[in-house]
Amino acid sequence: MNFQLTKEQELVRKMVREFAENEVEPIAAEIDKEHRFPIENVKKMGQYGLMGVPFPKEYGGAGGDHVSYAITIEELSRKCASTGVICSAHTSLCVWPIFAWGTEEQKQKYMIPLAKGEKLGAFGLTEPNAGTDAGGQQTRAVDMGDHWLLNGTKVFITNGGYADVFVVMAMTDKKKGTRGGITAFIVEKGFEGFSIGKTEEKMGICASSTTELIFQNCKVPKENVLGKVGEGFKVAMSTLEGGRIGIAAQALGIAQGAFDVTVEYMKSRKQFGKKLSQMEALQFEIAEMKTRIEAARLMVYRAADMKDRHIPYGPYSAMAKLFAAETAMYVTTKAVQLHGGYGYTKDYPVERMMRDAKITEIYEGTSEVQKIIIAASIFGK
Amino acid sequence: MAFKIIVCAKQVPDTNEIKIDPVKKTLIREGVPSILNHDDANALEEALKIKDQYPDTHITVLTMGPPQAKDMLMECLAMGADEGVLVSDRAVGGSDTWATSNVLAAAIHKIGEFDLIFAGRQAIDGDTAQVGPQLAEKLDLPQVTYVSEFHLDKNMKDITVKRALEDGYELIKIQTPCLLTAIKELNKPRYMSIHGIFGLKDKEIKVWNAKDIEVDLNTVGLDASPTNVFRSFTPVPKGKGKMIEADTEKEAAQKLLIELKAKHVI
Repeated sequence: MNFQLTKEQELVRKMVREFAENEVEPIAAEIDKEHRFPIENVKKMGQYGLMGVPFPKEYGGAGGDHVSYAITIEELSRKCASTGVICSAHTSLCVWPIFAWGTEEQKQKYMIPLAKGEKLGAFGLTEPNAGTDAGGQQTRAVDMGDHWLLNGTKVFITNGGYADVFVVMAMTDKKKGTRGGITAFIVEKGFEGFSIGKTEEKMGICASSTTELIFQNCKVPKENVLGKVGEGFKVAMSTLEGGRIGIAAQALGIAQGAFDVTVEYMKSRKQFGKKLSQMEALQFEIAEMKTRIEAARLMVYRAADMKDRHIPYGPYSAMAKLFAAETAMYVTTKAVQLHGGYGYTKDYPVERMMRDAKITEIYEGTSEVQKIIIAASIFGK
Repeated sequence: MAFKIIVCAKQVPDTNEIKIDPVKKTLIREGVPSILNHDDANALEEALKIKDQYPDTHITVLTMGPPQAKDMLMECLAMGADEGVLVSDRAVGGSDTWATSNVLAAAIHKIGEFDLIFAGRQAIDGDTAQVGPQLAEKLDLPQVTYVSEFHLDKNMKDITVKRALEDGYELIKIQTPCLLTAIKELNKPRYMSIHGIFGLKDKEIKVWNAKDIEVDLNTVGLDASPTNVFRSFTPVPKGKGKMIEADTEKEAAQKLLIELKAKHVI
């Protein structure tokens, strides 16, 4: 057992932390308020290799591992959860399935520019009536001989308004249902019949773009089937299994960020003639927050490390996400409380962090879905 | 032929986190993180910009220091430099600027050919700004200090630099080989890149001792250093200046003139 990060992983933390402090933090409050997608930072993240951390260099990646990827998302989210999820959805949900399931031609054409950050990726699974019940896909794809024809609507798609490449699930054989009836496709922005619908107004992660995807007789070339026809559910589930590491890392980063600013606040804020940091009741709150964050961190890194070692990690990424998301909600709520009235205003970042934390209990599998996965690993499906 | 640059860099304690021992009046080094000296990062950045434009440019980062200075060289390589050289030996410990420039000059002789040496103006721990100029003298190279703008001609020979002075600047033309020292106005250093970090295993950091660089041991180390530090202290902050109060500007000016004349300033 070795809890030491490698030299490279330590340098990744140092690099991303500097980047986040200098480039991300200064605009975090502003882009939240204005609901503005931070396109300038996403470009820079691409140049520095942040948009392809865990992929081999021959496919445009940075040649890193999943622990480094988790650290990247954690450090970005520590300053801005929106920036964290832009990177996470792109990496885990679009680049990864093309890397894992794609043909050599698909990797050359789509993965390289994505992993280099020259293009942005998104993932389309959720539909108005297929959220947690992801098998209930109503988007249809029909084989037209020389191409596929897609019809349907996806909702809540992260990066939707800014992505160039989308991995999209559609029902190709309703009789076969979830297993065997769903197929994954690679869809490009600009394909005939494909458009972006409404942009969601959200409680948190306001600087990320969350939109509908609308397919109206959208023509998708035959060679853009990702994996085999009928394997879509497997593609989606394996993708989400890894995606949970990204969201768990995002939740961890939000919690750490809220913790850090709260500790600083308590060192300076005085009430009843002494600093908050000198009051034992409040020290106990901080001790509880710190303990939960450290436990979450161990779980997140462990799941990432298992993925790097090619050990089945499904229940472990589910437990990491469940615990980290609840930690993010717990810590940010306490952080607001410890800031008192100031914490409820937009003058302090903990208000944004608390709004941002909530989504981590919902997307890429709600906390309830994580419990289903964990329980299934104990009792069987 | 590839353009060859040597960047001289130093690992220094992060002055943002520094504390002074109240009794001994010396720096408390324990627990203080070490960083790449700021001006040296500017020197490296300018070298990397040349490499961006001419990709076959080769950048060697040279430092003298304890074994852990290797960490700083790793960061330089992760930013894009090609190789690192660390001169580390008890025999060179405690060197002042004169002795340090002897070590660096010997190391550069061993590195061999180069077109350009880029150093930072000064290190934030010692603040002497002497090593760069001394090194140029010992290598018999032309030098320009306080470089705030840099342009290399396509002929890879002619360089134009802006040299910042307190009350203006000089535009200077100089040819390779030469030594330049960088100031922070020169550029904004880039971050390490993730691919740079995971490319470290393909890059080399050479660790040399005093014997490797064939330096005269009588010219290096604490004993050979002519500089003696008598005392380190924190300067007492200057008090607030005297504010002249008056009802009108004219009256204030008159009072000021009287004060200045009384002090024989004017």
